[in-house]
Amino acid sequence: MPASKAQVLVPDIVSLELDPAEDAAALDRLALWALRYAPIVAPDPPDGLIIDTSGADHLHGGEAAMLTSLVDRIETSGIAARAAVADAWGTAHAAARFLARPVSVIPPRQAAAAMRDLPIGALRLPTSIVDGLHFLGFERIGDVEDTPKAPLTHRFGPELMRRLDQAMARAAEPFEPLRSPEQIEVRRAFGEPIGAAETIARYTGKLVDQLCVALEQQGLGARRLDLLFHRVDNRIEAIRVGTAAPVRESRRLTRLLTDRIETVDPGFGIELMTLTATLAEPLRDRQTISSLVEPEEPDISDLIDVIANRLGASRLYRFAPVESDVPERSVKRVAPTAPEDGASWPGEWPRPSRLLSPPEPIDTMALLPDNPPVWFTWRGIRRRVARADGPERIFGEWWLHQVETTSVRDYFRVEDEGGERFWIYRAGDGEDPATGSHKWFLHGIFA
Amino acid sequence: MAMSSNSPALSELRERIARLEGGSARRREVLPFGVSEIDRVLPGGGLALGALHEVAGGANGAVDGAAAALWAAGVAARTRGRVLWCVTRQDLFAPSLAQAGLPPGRVIYVEAGDEAAVLACFEEGLRHGGLGAVVAELARLPMTSSRRLQLAAEASGTLGIAIRRWRRQTEATDFGQPTAAVSRWRVSALSSRPLPVPGVGRPRWRLELLRVRAGESADFEVESCDAKGRLALSSDLADRSSASQARSIGAAG
Repeated sequence: MPASKAQVLVPDIVSLELDPAEDAAALDRLALWALRYAPIVAPDPPDGLIIDTSGADHLHGGEAAMLTSLVDRIETSGIAARAAVADAWGTAHAAARFLARPVSVIPPRQAAAAMRDLPIGALRLPTSIVDGLHFLGFERIGDVEDTPKAPLTHRFGPELMRRLDQAMARAAEPFEPLRSPEQIEVRRAFGEPIGAAETIARYTGKLVDQLCVALEQQGLGARRLDLLFHRVDNRIEAIRVGTAAPVRESRRLTRLLTDRIETVDPGFGIELMTLTATLAEPLRDRQTISSLVEPEEPDISDLIDVIANRLGASRLYRFAPVESDVPERSVKRVAPTAPEDGASWPGEWPRPSRLLSPPEPIDTMALLPDNPPVWFTWRGIRRRVARADGPERIFGEWWLHQVETTSVRDYFRVEDEGGERFWIYRAGDGEDPATGSHKWFLHGIFA
Repeated sequence: MAMSSNSPALSELRERIARLEGGSARRREVLPFGVSEIDRVLPGGGLALGALHEVAGGANGAVDGAAAALWAAGVAARTRGRVLWCVTRQDLFAPSLAQAGLPPGRVIYVEAGDEAAVLACFEEGLRHGGLGAVVAELARLPMTSSRRLQLAAEASGTLGIAIRRWRRQTEATDFGQPTAAVSRWRVSALSSRPLPVPGVGRPRWRLELLRVRAGESADFEVESCDAKGRLALSSDLADRSSASQARSIGAAG
């Protein structure tokens, strides 16, 4: 369509000169940014990024969460984005561009099933082959898959079957990852490919030593390390570890990397190992031992790093107080290294050591509006209330949710005849049905 | 029995065994409860630091582990340094731990997802040495794992507490299985102290010392942790004369 025609159709249209070189450069910059998600990233011109997420997704809360976060972040900067994760590049390439969802996760070994219904255009084939297949009546990938291979290859050449195998995750497809030029990188090539875990661990230690020397010369400490294993069959395996604070201690970094060696599949052997500090921050030396100052609290950031790299950083947290009277909203999770402000909860009222989430409904007999129950039944066991304290009235937070404008909870601390203490509440104030359902719930167990 | 444990022959024998065990060249440190009746039955006069201790709840407490968690929080609150608390699934309510003397800034939680990962984090925390105490909630604690944990705790001097907590009350028979833990406790809820007015008084526990290495078992009626994590002997027991107390402890052992 000529530009003049477009200007007639859409008023105030903005037209720009096509600049392929600048587009490619911008894609490279985006790929460098995407290194935050996984160590192996490459631009896929004209409009794509390839990210090898194996071994990195658990650091971002799983594959689906990682994709959503990736797409959200790119869209915040004004670029429409779609993402897919799958067994192979070809599968993900097709799923991202041809599935209706902006974010799709193809489960392992289900590439073939997911690909069958997609159009032939999803196969990354030259236009001539696509047109030829359409001419023969092929519409979907499943149609090609069900047809004998030999006549098709005879007619269209090997390219069709190669692309089909790649999309079905049957053929390997290596790509050259993008590296940032200013990153500190050390590498080691092997004359004979290595494969044993002990050998890998030994050379990992040597690489970390070299890297630490390089970091020290620049006064930096590593926050994130990528260890790439180039296998003889041209595939790349990767380990990524992160630290809570900049680290230049060879023993600690080696420990973090060797903890994850079991996730690496050496295949027929590894011929090249590269270790890169993809994220480094200034780390200055400081004196810690002095007879005048008090001994400071032992540093446990190495323990935090070890556990966070094994389980994911979101599994490790501290609780911090939130100013809210609603029990389940009065705590929030903060990072274990978050600065400590000494804040705590107001301590006048006893609180249960276990909190049920969600609160469990109980059957009770109670006098309205102010009395605690005479008995209650929880998990099929009926308990007679021997002593009780309450009510402690908690009002809904109308400034957060419109529906909580009138809601009320009355909390009671009750003790049954056996001496077990529970925290139960009634939704509602016992008089006005607008304040709640007047059902009873068990919310916590006291010690 | 209480008299005989002080005889010179026995203490000499203990010293010889300690020499044979090795590694205990430095004096084993303890964390006293501050309640003389409890400290008296514990070897060394308190809960051994650099050792693994087990605690479980009685009756329904074997499932919810509420009292056991608060007891562990009280012990951990009296150590120095941070506390690592490993759980499979989080249901602790942090304000309650703060009321037992463990402020939110001191506790780092690990939500490990399964028992194997809890064990791994538990051992990692004990091995590190920079923590005051490590607490883990476990259903199964096999002999091999507990020995590993005990060795890790001995090497670093960190206090380890395994809160045993099961899915069903019937599974709590597992608590009879031997482990390498230095002491084994059971905390069950008792009716609170009667108040002159309607209401619930300070919670009381039956604290049973089921097993302790180089010591005898005993049980106590205590009042739950105060704001500093300290227990107190239940008042009706504390008022008794010292002779009758000694008898009650001797009878329990």
